[in-house]
Amino acid sequence: MNVKKFVVGCFNDESVLFPAVKKVRTAGYKIHDVYTPYPVHGLDHAMGLRETSLHTAGFIYAITGTCTALGGISWILTSDWPLNFGGKPHFSLPAWIPIIFELTVLFSAVGMVLTFCYLCRLAPFLKKHHFHPRATDDYFVMAIECTAKTNVDDLKAFLQNAGAFEIDVQNAETGWWLGTYDKEQQLIKDSAVEIA
Amino acid sequence: MASIREQFEMPSKTRTWSLALIIAGAVALVLGFITKGMSSDEHEKALFWGTLMYNSIYFTLICNASMFFICATTLAMGGWQMAFRRIPEAISTMVKIFGPITFVILIYIVFIDHNHQIYHWLSDEAKTDPILKGKLGFLNPTFFIVWTTLAIGLWILLGMRMRKLSSECDEGPMDNEQGKSFIWRNTVTASLFIVWFALTVASTVPWLWLMSIDAHWYSTMYSWYTFASSFVSGMSLIALWVIYLKNKGYLEYTNDEHLHDIGKFMFAFSIFWTYLWFSQYMLIWYGNISEETIYFKSRVQGAYKGIFFLNLIINFICPLLILMKRNSKRNYTLVTFMAVLIVFGHWVDFYQMVMGSVSKDEVTLGWLDFGIAALYIGLIIFFVGKELAKKPLLAKHHPFLKESIIHHT
Repeated sequence: MNVKKFVVGCFNDESVLFPAVKKVRTAGYKIHDVYTPYPVHGLDHAMGLRETSLHTAGFIYAITGTCTALGGISWILTSDWPLNFGGKPHFSLPAWIPIIFELTVLFSAVGMVLTFCYLCRLAPFLKKHHFHPRATDDYFVMAIECTAKTNVDDLKAFLQNAGAFEIDVQNAETGWWLGTYDKEQQLIKDSAVEIA
Repeated sequence: MASIREQFEMPSKTRTWSLALIIAGAVALVLGFITKGMSSDEHEKALFWGTLMYNSIYFTLICNASMFFICATTLAMGGWQMAFRRIPEAISTMVKIFGPITFVILIYIVFIDHNHQIYHWLSDEAKTDPILKGKLGFLNPTFFIVWTTLAIGLWILLGMRMRKLSSECDEGPMDNEQGKSFIWRNTVTASLFIVWFALTVASTVPWLWLMSIDAHWYSTMYSWYTFASSFVSGMSLIALWVIYLKNKGYLEYTNDEHLHDIGKFMFAFSIFWTYLWFSQYMLIWYGNISEETIYFKSRVQGAYKGIFFLNLIINFICPLLILMKRNSKRNYTLVTFMAVLIVFGHWVDFYQMVMGSVSKDEVTLGWLDFGIAALYIGLIIFFVGKELAKKPLLAKHHPFLKESIIHHT
């Protein structure tokens, strides 16, 4: 278990979030992550994240697929079990290309999905801490990691100035752990029910 | 709108280069006409007219692809291309010049020269040939001239209407109502163009102009193949002009993001072209019926073997490996290199499509081919440059301009 202390600020608009990210970074605070309800264009750039290497992995999977298909088919149809199809040569590349293409796509697609899940630590029964449940709805949630030197009150005031309308301090697990979300656990309070 | 350089002036160096290309091309044309065009040998004559024919068809189609690009993006309600839209507009004016040239050459081949070395269906044998007899309802001089006139005429006319609409953006700011009506009128004209484009470039015109050279043979992939070939080189031509103008310090609002999207088009349609190339080849190879394989006889096993596979390397392997990475699509040098390579590659593709049938036993790629190509390239540089100087380089009051300025890929 690797529990750390976070100051979590919520924003309700992209146009406030972007300058805030910039300010927080220039002030030298370490942004753990920003959780948004939808993919925000250019946010990765603003946060200074490096470009993902998922596509390089995809390329490698694709090449693996190509080689597997080419190697497999050519071994089977030329040396292991040669068959005569309509007088075509045993090594008949054009006929194999659709299969080679499909295996290329299959390997890269499946490989990239699995790699994506691995990079994001997504799997059944893995649990991760949610900083704010409404990050999946309409809040832009910024989690800033506190170090030994961080003055929490200063940071809270700083976030307030940067435009955060809801700020709290959480001690949270940064990694994942085995577990399930409790079915009874209410992540979002249903305000409509309360009124009724 | 801070100060932007919206008025293009053609640098004298560019003008000199274009004129030099035109003169070199004209010399090649005259020499070719004297040595081959006036020759009493039917085969030599067919070589000359075949060369003129594939060059003019290729360059007409890649310039027309610019108008297709404008209309397709208009119909898709795209805004990203607005920062450089005046460039495809200027390139598409070349249809006004190349269209009639192609028309004259085709009319000469069909009516005056009656050249059945090129179009076998013009010969008397065709009237008794059991296969060609069935095709004569489509492959006859009357239909040929009517359809060719209509095709070229409507490309020019609808293209002119699109460009005229675009000029409205220079007049002044549009309010909400004006903007809506402007977009609507653009949509109507663009749809008309697209429908006509589908009936011509994407189907009948390649059948008539190119596929009928092998009158016995047919392929259902042929028109799409021609379209993919011309569209990917059309996008490369747009990329070349965009980069040229960027280098001269124009097009302030066009940046890496726009180049990236043009590069994606070049990449994607190279793959699409290969898909059609392969589908056409593989089905015929697999079926192995002699009426069908005849087309590939001279290309895969005969004299054109080298060119045929070079074509595949230039137009598939190179774009696939070089344009695959995001960074290379945002790199001006690499995109320029690939654009030149693709335009050249598909020119070679058109070369083998026509000359692989006109001159089956011998590859004649030489001074005449490069000379005529130089003539057309010179004409493109000269007239597109002139056309760009006529209008501001930015459609300043287009309702979608902002989308293009903040475009993010």
